[in-house]
Amino acid sequence: MYRILSKRVLNPSVTELNIEAPLVAKKAKPGQFIILRVDEEGERIPLTVAGTDAEKGSVRIIFQTVGATTRKLAEKNDGEFIEDFVGPLGTATHLDGLKKVCIIGGGVGCAIAMPVAEKLHEMGAEVTSIIGFRSKDIVVLEDEFRECSDRLFVMTDDGSYGEEGNVTIPLKKMLENGEKFDMIITIGPLIMMKFVTITAKPFDIPVTVSMNPIMIDGTGMCGGCRLTLNQNGEKVTKFACVDGPDFNGYEVDFDEAMSRGRMYGEFERHAYETTCNLYKREVQ
Amino acid sequence: MPDLTKRNEMPVQDPKVRARNFKEVALGYSEEVAIAEAMRCLNCKNMPCVTGCPVNIHIPEFIGKIKEGDFEGAYQIITKSSSLPAVCGRVCPQENQCEAKCVRGIKGESVGIGRLERFVADWHNAFVTTSPEKPESNGHKVAVVGSGPSGLTCAGDLAKKGYSVTVFEALHTAGGVLVYGIPEFRLPKTIVKKEVETLKALGVEIQTNVVIGKTLTVDELFDMGYEAVFIGSGAGLPVFMNIPGEALKGVYSANEYLTRSNLMKAYRENPDTPIMKGGKVAVVGGGNVAMDAARTALRLGAEKVYIVYRRSMEELPARREEVEHAMEEGVEFRLLCSPVEILGYENPENPRDERNGFVRSMKCIKMELGEPDERGRRRPVEIKGSEFELSVDTVIMSIGTSPNPLIKSTTDGLEVNKKGGIVVNEDGLTSRSGVYAGGDAVTGAATVISAMGAGKTAAKAIDEYLK
Repeated sequence: MYRILSKRVLNPSVTELNIEAPLVAKKAKPGQFIILRVDEEGERIPLTVAGTDAEKGSVRIIFQTVGATTRKLAEKNDGEFIEDFVGPLGTATHLDGLKKVCIIGGGVGCAIAMPVAEKLHEMGAEVTSIIGFRSKDIVVLEDEFRECSDRLFVMTDDGSYGEEGNVTIPLKKMLENGEKFDMIITIGPLIMMKFVTITAKPFDIPVTVSMNPIMIDGTGMCGGCRLTLNQNGEKVTKFACVDGPDFNGYEVDFDEAMSRGRMYGEFERHAYETTCNLYKREVQ
Repeated sequence: MPDLTKRNEMPVQDPKVRARNFKEVALGYSEEVAIAEAMRCLNCKNMPCVTGCPVNIHIPEFIGKIKEGDFEGAYQIITKSSSLPAVCGRVCPQENQCEAKCVRGIKGESVGIGRLERFVADWHNAFVTTSPEKPESNGHKVAVVGSGPSGLTCAGDLAKKGYSVTVFEALHTAGGVLVYGIPEFRLPKTIVKKEVETLKALGVEIQTNVVIGKTLTVDELFDMGYEAVFIGSGAGLPVFMNIPGEALKGVYSANEYLTRSNLMKAYRENPDTPIMKGGKVAVVGGGNVAMDAARTALRLGAEKVYIVYRRSMEELPARREEVEHAMEEGVEFRLLCSPVEILGYENPENPRDERNGFVRSMKCIKMELGEPDERGRRRPVEIKGSEFELSVDTVIMSIGTSPNPLIKSTTDGLEVNKKGGIVVNEDGLTSRSGVYAGGDAVTGAATVISAMGAGKTAAKAIDEYLK
């Protein structure tokens, strides 16, 4: 059982929890993730580590309520417990030697991009951050990003906050102006990462994407999280949980990843509905 | 007069009924039948059966106790050598081990040694409520990596000698392959839980959700004060064929399929973890895992289940009882066949069709057996032009597993062989002093009982080392 040390509701669909897990807090590096279960019968879900406090022994996770398990997790409060919490899993993001980086976060992906931006800033790199959201009510972490970025662009699809448009617009402008980044690190919906990669391609800037497939064990034993990379014309299978979650954006078969991510769509919709109804009934 | 050349029958659930439920298939001997079966044992002086047992259980001795009706006495004898008797009685390939050597088997059927072991263990678990006594501590600490059969056995043997043992388990439940790999209808999880509770009563500490190699390294375990480490991390790395279409939705490794069903309980009516149910399923492979996957698929409502195996029935490596049960339940065996490509559904007129990207069929080719390979097994060779398509919705790749490279990559100086198995001497000692290993992590995917044997050997060696 793992205790929830604190909870912050960042907006109606995004929650931040600090969970007591000293071993994980000591080891986790930016880019790595944990797998948790909310209760005894629950499914295992991966969530990226948004930060750690080794002294307090706590691990920060920021997640969006998108399904049954995240819904249950969002209902948990300070002092309550979750059943299981394991990590740190995956390979940490490679940050050594990067001097000028563009961080592009989409939606709750920004929460995941946060520790990477912070670390780079700490290391003295020049950090340009572009954070994009569907609309004003789901903008999160703007202040935190401002603190660790030399430049910050806040985009909303509908223009209700910041600039209107998606994250590739400021990226394209900078690249067309001849700006050369050592690396673009992008985290968010697959379609967003796909288009960031397409935008960067003509300018030959390296792109690191953070993949978020369905996972079960997270340690390399089931292959459920596998994705296909095109490496020099050859198709190579990799496991996101051990070889990733970071990959070279130019090599990833995004369409396949998007298709695989939809595999249990109907089950997930039904489970989410059932869970929401349970909470509605409790409230009544 | 009973015909002593024939074994007493094991009552089983009717095949048509059991193919749709997850309850245990074999129902177990009653006391009368157990005694009757025990009476068949000739109590041979040179005990060939014992030599067939990887942990050398004193077989004629425990059977002798059953004859007297002293079932607890029989249990005490078995547990001197085996720490998981309820498990082994159910999953050991006795036909290749103790029962293969049984003298009764020369002219008739061997004594049902496995069935008797199961009977004794189940009787004990049902009627004996006293916990084993926790031995006095000898002041030494040992760490065990992995709570599968080899890890649990090593931990149990060391705990009985007074060692303070901590078992580190990566998953959220202890048991390893006993909980994630072997289905409920072959090995009820309540039994595994009971065996784990017995170990805890002996003083073994089990820490779940700790991945050695990620959360902690082997070196850190020594820093924490553990004086020796046993690695029983198993062979959990799945193998795919690398044929086109393997990334389609509906293609699972057997590990994923079984983990969803067994560990995550997706077999239940309203599970929290999804799994594809129903439809037509092809399981590629011929081992016990393939049988488990195929029989699980039936129970999850599949209308048709195929075993696709590239050699013939003679070479099929699964335990005979599993093959028989699978056939009785209606699994169709397509032998001397191998997949070449998996084809998916694609609606050219609707890119948003929900069926897009799902498996619709598997192209296979017929095989024939050619010259034997280095191990004497006849090599399967494709018969040109014999391709055919099997209409399926789910494909389960069950062609083997290898040791997970995580421990090797995070432990300096740990030697592994070409297949990724940790290199050990006959005591289970690795290339690093104080570090031992056993089970699938060393041999690659094998059996529960050989993993247990390795756990025993290492426990003995660790005890010598720390004396």
